Amino acid sequence: MSGSAAAAALYETVIGLEVHVQLSTRSKMFCGCACAFGAPPNTLTCPVCLGLPGSLPVLNRAAVELGVRAALVLNCTIRPDSRFHRKNYYYPDIPKNYQISQYQYTGHPPLATDGVLALEAGGVTRRVGIRRVHLEEDTGKLVHAGGRSLVDYNRSGTPLMEIVSEPDLRSAEEARLFLTRLRAVLQYAGVTTGRMEEGTLRCDANVSLRDPGGPHGTRTEIKNMNSLRSVERALRFEEARQRDLLAGGAAVVQETRHWDEARGLTFSSREKEEAQDYRYFPEPDLLPVRVDAAWIERIRKDIPELPEARRRRYVETYGLPEHDAGLLTETRPMAEFFEATVQLGGHPRTVANWLVGDVAAYMNAAGVEIEQIAVRPAALAGLLALVDRGTISGRSAKEVLEEMLRTGRAADEIVRERGLVQISDTDELIRLVDAAIAENPGPVGDVKAGKDRAVTFLVGQVMKKSRGRANPEMVNRLLRDRIGAP
Amino acid sequence: MTGPHPASPADRPAWDLRACYRRGELSPSEVVDGVLRRIEAVEPQVRAYLYLDADAARREAAQWDRAAGAEDAPPLAGVPVALKDNLCTRGVPTTAGSRVLAGFRPPYDATVVTRLRRAGAIVLGKTNCDEFAMGSSTENSAFGPTRNPWDPDRVPGGSSGGSAAAVAAGEATLALGSDTGGSIREPGAFCGVVGLKPTYGRVSRYGLIAFASSLDQIGPFARDVRDAALLLREIAGRDPADATSAGVEVPDYPALLTGRVAGLRLGVVREFLQDGLDPGVAGAVGEAIRALERSGARRVDVSLPHAPYALPAYYIVAPAEASSNLARYAGVLYGHRTTRAADLIGMYARTRDEGFGAEVKRRIMLGTYALSAGYYDAFYLRAQRVRELIRREFAQALESVDVLVGPVAPTPAFPLGERVEDPLEMYLADVFTVPLNLAGLPGVSVPCGFAGDLPVGLQIAGRAFDEATVLNTAYALERALPAPGRRPRVVTAAERRSSPA
Repeated sequence: MSGSAAAAALYETVIGLEVHVQLSTRSKMFCGCACAFGAPPNTLTCPVCLGLPGSLPVLNRAAVELGVRAALVLNCTIRPDSRFHRKNYYYPDIPKNYQISQYQYTGHPPLATDGVLALEAGGVTRRVGIRRVHLEEDTGKLVHAGGRSLVDYNRSGTPLMEIVSEPDLRSAEEARLFLTRLRAVLQYAGVTTGRMEEGTLRCDANVSLRDPGGPHGTRTEIKNMNSLRSVERALRFEEARQRDLLAGGAAVVQETRHWDEARGLTFSSREKEEAQDYRYFPEPDLLPVRVDAAWIERIRKDIPELPEARRRRYVETYGLPEHDAGLLTETRPMAEFFEATVQLGGHPRTVANWLVGDVAAYMNAAGVEIEQIAVRPAALAGLLALVDRGTISGRSAKEVLEEMLRTGRAADEIVRERGLVQISDTDELIRLVDAAIAENPGPVGDVKAGKDRAVTFLVGQVMKKSRGRANPEMVNRLLRDRIGAP
Repeated sequence: MTGPHPASPADRPAWDLRACYRRGELSPSEVVDGVLRRIEAVEPQVRAYLYLDADAARREAAQWDRAAGAEDAPPLAGVPVALKDNLCTRGVPTTAGSRVLAGFRPPYDATVVTRLRRAGAIVLGKTNCDEFAMGSSTENSAFGPTRNPWDPDRVPGGSSGGSAAAVAAGEATLALGSDTGGSIREPGAFCGVVGLKPTYGRVSRYGLIAFASSLDQIGPFARDVRDAALLLREIAGRDPADATSAGVEVPDYPALLTGRVAGLRLGVVREFLQDGLDPGVAGAVGEAIRALERSGARRVDVSLPHAPYALPAYYIVAPAEASSNLARYAGVLYGHRTTRAADLIGMYARTRDEGFGAEVKRRIMLGTYALSAGYYDAFYLRAQRVRELIRREFAQALESVDVLVGPVAPTPAFPLGERVEDPLEMYLADVFTVPLNLAGLPGVSVPCGFAGDLPVGLQIAGRAFDEATVLNTAYALERALPAPGRRPRVVTAAERRSSPA
């Protein structure tokens, strides 16, 4: 990008996100078919989700409950009588050629509006507005193969929730942070699994630049961002692209652009720009969605602990550092992994250290989520128990964990196979200590002279001789004894 | 052709068949054979059926031969029924009178079909109708018109013309139709049978191929009021598969037919007795009202000033919903798909162009227009307001009277071809029936006399979910009429062969 620093300073970035999440209901939005990922094509269908003539939708109450939950955790105003509308357009992945959705129409607002999600970054709290939360049915999936297009309707009619933020985000980093927080809150509330790689969380973004405080600039809509990382990358790219255009005196064209992960750029999807007329009208096959105060209260009581509360609990009852508590609660599966390991006897601070340290490093490198790693809480607890009992050293434990993550094998098996059982036998240790003393007269003299750092060096020599298996505390004590240190 | 003691089992009402089965005087097989013989004789003339499975009907009848006479036999055991072809039947062709659904066999039964089977009814086949129930004469069927059993040169009414004609001609004991703007009541009147549109939400729409979802209701055709009551009882009631079906208790309609109307407040709707009413219709309707008065009903003149706006409002709301409901017929999953398309848009356009008839296309275009950005408020929204006014006006009127009465249609059955080129003239056939669909209220068409040799129907409308009063009023009229049981005399195939005129 050739935009000068001076030009860059002129513009303020304005980003709004449209997030679709699949609700974690057992059955679809308007029929009894199961919601499941990865079933053989067209095996989870019925006359309703295939849009057969004569079939009628019946609203799944569980989907409304999850929608209300989401609205509550996003501090929205919940409408007591929202309606479903039909969004009319033709495409083979919507079998009825209309989608049952909700619509911002006078007198017919969506399920919930006017919420807020607070973001904390660098000690500053930002409040990002939530414009609306609405429910709709998902489409089927087109599969293009061998010059033919096939349709899998398993996903057709699965419940979706659309969350539209206000254009309150000011950078790509902030957008990523918002999405991370939003995902965490929704996961904790049990609303969605929020897995971008499975498409249970999808995100489009509207991006524009403007003079700070001035009127909004022309925006582009960015699609096809399939991970948190790609959201940040795509928005960073788009921000720079628009800045260059404006700095060069050119105009931003209002259009939809697709993110190309491999090439690291957005490109125009060349879709017609005239606004499509979806001819929304109230869905006559469904009654208005009545959500009364009593129902809302029942739903509120059922909401599980949210990330913020959990983070505080980790700091206050487990004594974890703020940073670790923040990382552990970033996704619900990570927090659940942590708590399960603690439940199985792991010391909270030790478990936290391993998770935010070695385990997180492995996840980053491999690009996987906690629920995809080969190690389960019981296996990690087993490893930590070996360290606790003194069976292996902390250093060996790192090596063992690495293999566990790679292969999914149990800790004790690896320890036995590699002969990593820690040497705590005094006689054997004395032999090793004496050998080290004999080989290092210089440092021994230093120890005698009261230089403590030399002890550390000698411990290291013993550890080396034992190939990491010596019990470091015992070695330390024995060295001092044998040298006769002060 | 037949008097009060029918010679053929094809002319007996269902309640009578049940009694005959119990006494062992008839068997379902004999009845089905009688009906099939009648079909064979008159069907070349009437053409009520699009699909008939005589073998299946005989098999089902044989299964009932022993059980139908039992004390605990289900209410419609061994009774042959016909279904309008917009009701889904598992594995049986269901076209809604449209080429776009030629060859379509649904994988499921409509709720009403399930209920009929559970009640022991024998399904004979599927009856002809205007394409997607859009029409008032059955001339909009892609598979050719049905003819009125009373006069082969006239229409049977529509859109449920096949069902009405089948019951009138003894080609079925009972039949189901659907009514979006009059599609049960108008053909009921034209064919001289009882046709009832229940309260919106009374009968499940699951499996009814939608025309206009907020107006469609399934209802019974029968040769007398008791049979209509019996059939309604079997199909009515809440269905979890239809969110708009109501959880209102279903009374035992036949048991409530007392024929007593003393003190009943009979609202005579001034706007329904307008100028331009066919004199024969006006005469028969006037006589029917007097007959009810003689039975003790009290006449109250009622004005419904917004009723004349019902037809224009209906022709916004119904096509708007239809334009969306019919979007699915695009050649992707089922039904007709063009063989001449290069791309997706071409496939949609050609499939729909080849699959739909002129009237369906007209209504899809009307509805698409009415819902378009910039027109929505002026058309769809305004029509909904008119609908609300009409709903309130009817509810208010029904606070001071028990039923509303008037003609079903301004004329008796009109000649085939007379109105096909003039949609507005065709739409006028529904001018008295459409308001009840907009208001969601129940209405029955009951034979009330003749205009010349053509039957005339009296429309009796009632309060929401008060089908019992509507039916009882119709029953009282039926008993007060001078010549009950007059049936059409259809020229049979054999007679046609012997008179080459």
